[in-house]
Amino acid sequence: MKFGILILEGPYQHQAGDSAYNFAEAAVAKGHAISGLFFYCDGVQNATTYMTPPQDDRHISKRWAEFIAKHGVDAVVCIAASKKRGITDANLIKGARIAGLGQLTELGIESDRLIAFGD
Amino acid sequence: MLFTVNKSPLTSDNLKTCLRFAKKGNSVLLYEDGVYGAIPGTKVESVVKEALKSIEVFALKEDLKARGFGEVIDGVKLVDYAGFVGLVEEHNVCPWL
Repeated sequence: MKFGILILEGPYQHQAGDSAYNFAEAAVAKGHAISGLFFYCDGVQNATTYMTPPQDDRHISKRWAEFIAKHGVDAVVCIAASKKRGITDANLIKGARIAGLGQLTELGIESDRLIAFGD
Repeated sequence: MLFTVNKSPLTSDNLKTCLRFAKKGNSVLLYEDGVYGAIPGTKVESVVKEALKSIEVFALKEDLKARGFGEVIDGVKLVDYAGFVGLVEEHNVCPWL
């Protein structure tokens, strides 16, 4: 099955990004495909290189970058939400791209299931 | 239909409204702070018990454990993330955010 995942909340402050990651890992482990990740609203903060958490804590954006590379997942970061938060290609994690909401519609069409993690 | 509920029913009406909309045969998954709805002895226990007569209620084990809980209301089923994925395979999802 193809799962699309929408992430709406920022890292470390809310559990949404962690839940989304755990869900995505479990889906892949069960043989499903992740048809795409869409980072929207404060969720865009999950995909920046700004964060440098303590070594014994999870590195949320690095974890996503590794997941994206390992599984060849399309990861889209909302352009409007990015601009408002100073996020550009220069501080975006590897494998992610900045694009518009049309990509979210596309993800909804392409996926068997679109699941949102937010508040 | 699978409703996913991530807010504590002790601070939000989220679970109650969700259960009001859920039809017979639907399922509800409690995760993140939503798992507080699965714990016995709270003010929403009776609402959850009533709902269990017509719908299935699941709670995410990892999130219960992270909050120091293990025991759940009779009839609430525990799932791990693989189980969460399984529920999404079986149902269309309505995230009750």
